[in-house]
Amino acid sequence: MDATDRRIVAATQAGLPLVAEPYHAVAEAVGLPVAEVMERMRRMLAAGAIRRIGAVPNHYALGYRANGMAVWDVDDARVDALGARIAQLGLASHCYSRPRHPPDWPYNLFTMVHGRDRAEAERGVEAIAAVLGDAVRARDVLFSTRILKKTGLRLGREG
Amino acid sequence: MDAIDRRIVNALQGGFPVCERPFAAVAEGLGLDEAGLIARLKALVERGILSRFGPLYAAEGLGGAVTLAAMAVPEERFEAVAAQVNAHVEVAHNYARNHRLNMWFVLATEDRAGIAATLAEIARETGIPVLNMPRLAEYRIGLRLEA
Repeated sequence: MDATDRRIVAATQAGLPLVAEPYHAVAEAVGLPVAEVMERMRRMLAAGAIRRIGAVPNHYALGYRANGMAVWDVDDARVDALGARIAQLGLASHCYSRPRHPPDWPYNLFTMVHGRDRAEAERGVEAIAAVLGDAVRARDVLFSTRILKKTGLRLGREG
Repeated sequence: MDAIDRRIVNALQGGFPVCERPFAAVAEGLGLDEAGLIARLKALVERGILSRFGPLYAAEGLGGAVTLAAMAVPEERFEAVAAQVNAHVEVAHNYARNHRLNMWFVLATEDRAGIAATLAEIARETGIPVLNMPRLAEYRIGLRLEA
């Protein structure tokens, strides 16, 4: 990631121009040859700096109004295997391990579950629980009750 | 949203190519032509069904740092503390959740030192401890929300 990459990030993080030749439009905006813009974007994709390119849906607009953060306390020695398994089920949109903060917060596995309502999200949580089985020592689900801020990530500010 | 819009949203959540005429490259598989696909995508963005169309960047991959943080905010101070937290440009998302830890926010900064500094500043301004919960591992999912 160099200064030129960051200019491309700054020019595209709010979206690609919706025109027939979007990468040409980006190239013009950042003052680079189009071949270089495409080569750098392919490299960022391969390196994982770009997770994917495509449609970023708005959960709420698609009717997914219930957003539950289901959290689990599982053995640290098993968390990676269990997390990888849960990620493959298609029940969670995100799956991470994070540090515990005992005694307030005993959980180390985080899964985000969405549903058109709480009941649908809770069915997803139960399906995850069934797969985790007796690996679960404690669990909880935190529903979002209000969005207080949502601006999205804005990186490359200096670019 | 009609059947074609649903097909677009379901099929194009990833894998959009980097090439000269990418919309033309994917339109045919959706039963559309290039101009028709572009017009549909514009309408989906304008109506807010898509928050955007383009690359989804991983903050860490850009050399930046991201964390999730949580606070137990007394109910009577909730609005004031939300304003204090949200005033930091590093705070990208902030959600109220139904738990004793009732405020959960995502921070994105240029580097790891920025995370520690911002969390310390929020704790000092609010007088409330901030729990830092950075990712230890991510289990990769291709997000596919069904429209």
